[in-house]
Amino acid sequence: MDWNYIIYKIILITAIMTVSLLVAMYSTYFERKFAAWFQDRLGPNRAGPFGLMQPLADGLKLLFKEEFMPNTANRFLFIMGPMLAMFVALLTSAVIPWGSSLNIGGKEYALQVADINIGILYIVAVTSVGVYGIMLGGWASNNKYSLLGAIRAASQMISYELAMGLAILAIVMMSDSLSLNEIISQQKGINWNIWYQPVGFLIFMICALAECNRAPFDLPECETELVGGFHTEYSSMKLGFFLFAEYINMFISSAVISALFFGGYHFPFEDSLGLSQNWMAIIGVVVFFMKISFFGFLFMWIRWTLPRFRYDQLMRLGWTWLIPIAIFNILITGVVLMINN
Amino acid sequence: MFSTILFYVLSVILVFSSLMVVFTKKPVNSVLFLIVSFFAISGHYILLNAQFLAVVNIIVYAGAIMVLFLFTIMLLNLNKETEPKKPVLIKIIAVITGCLLAITLIGSLKGIDNAPVQNFSDNSIGLIKNLGKSLFTDFVVPFELTSVLFLASIVGTLMIGKKE
Repeated sequence: MDWNYIIYKIILITAIMTVSLLVAMYSTYFERKFAAWFQDRLGPNRAGPFGLMQPLADGLKLLFKEEFMPNTANRFLFIMGPMLAMFVALLTSAVIPWGSSLNIGGKEYALQVADINIGILYIVAVTSVGVYGIMLGGWASNNKYSLLGAIRAASQMISYELAMGLAILAIVMMSDSLSLNEIISQQKGINWNIWYQPVGFLIFMICALAECNRAPFDLPECETELVGGFHTEYSSMKLGFFLFAEYINMFISSAVISALFFGGYHFPFEDSLGLSQNWMAIIGVVVFFMKISFFGFLFMWIRWTLPRFRYDQLMRLGWTWLIPIAIFNILITGVVLMINN
Repeated sequence: MFSTILFYVLSVILVFSSLMVVFTKKPVNSVLFLIVSFFAISGHYILLNAQFLAVVNIIVYAGAIMVLFLFTIMLLNLNKETEPKKPVLIKIIAVITGCLLAITLIGSLKGIDNAPVQNFSDNSIGLIKNLGKSLFTDFVVPFELTSVLFLASIVGTLMIGKKE
């Protein structure tokens, strides 16, 4: 056992967790600021300079709210719902390469927790398990609105997983690997996958919105029809966990989109800078986070621009548009790969 | 050493949760224990260095099929009260058939010690590249036949679903 290695991994895991939580915290702030901007308002500006302490105030408020427990048959599952949602949301970050490797004292330290050779399948697996938190929480609430929200969430996630998997498949065919590290390293400079797979990107983006339960696909918590959807009965920090998990999911989805389609930590003209490996790695991380922030902004932009879908429209879009287009995309990718070989 | 401990931990979880699937009274708990047992099986796959199988097991069984199970149970709202009462005769028949199955299983497992143990020197057999190669070379006919079977079942499901 190499203790250096273990300590390094623990530090990396802690850092990634902290960053995920911080990003999720400030996403709530930026969500409200952007919403205000799109609606020609000011947004939160009372707590601290520019309202920057607002997330802290929100968190404290949630913590001090009354812990409400509905008259449910299954208290254990009621508590486990938000826990699972949070746990699964944080799991995905393990396989994302946040940067190339640092070189400290002649040793290589990769900025990735686990470089497994099926990284992208791992992400698909974790997102497919992610629905349990919402389903169990909604069911255990013993409330028909919650149950409807949970059922909507389950069928929506299963439907959009298929199209998402098919969109990823085209990328995998192109890069000949399931490892995220390998997929990113093939997109050096500006040789990004988006130039080859624009259709795949569109499908993946739409599915990511649906998988995160973000507007225009936020039907599981659709407040005009279902009060609060699956989290109607939740209060205090348990509600906070559900909301927080959504923002973490958004952060991770943005990271996956930037890694798969926008070159991850690669940026144009990176070879002509002539910097040392460590500086390149640090700049790469910064660039990666810039890309992630852009997609986070895109998520919010879409939420405050588009109206919500109706449930039958959502299902029709998933099954009769996205899946056939994704299969067609795979077919074309295969033909082009054949011709090029 | 470490993997031996992991093996025993996973096995205990697997056996316990599989038993609980049968013994627990509430249908939702059965489904949840089944999900736990799928995760334990995936853990075993990882110990055998078959990462692809492990992840696909989670995607297909834990992520899709069990969600549908849970979905159905939630929609039907199965409770202990709504469970139909079974007559004593059926219970006796069930016990007898269960014992018969147990005897058959014991009989078929009796000679297992004599069977030669396949020992793969190459432990990368479960990695996706080798798996894909063997699927498309050595096992291409069964693989394609299974695909046709799947297609037939999809078409069949659609036919039944469209009837109404």
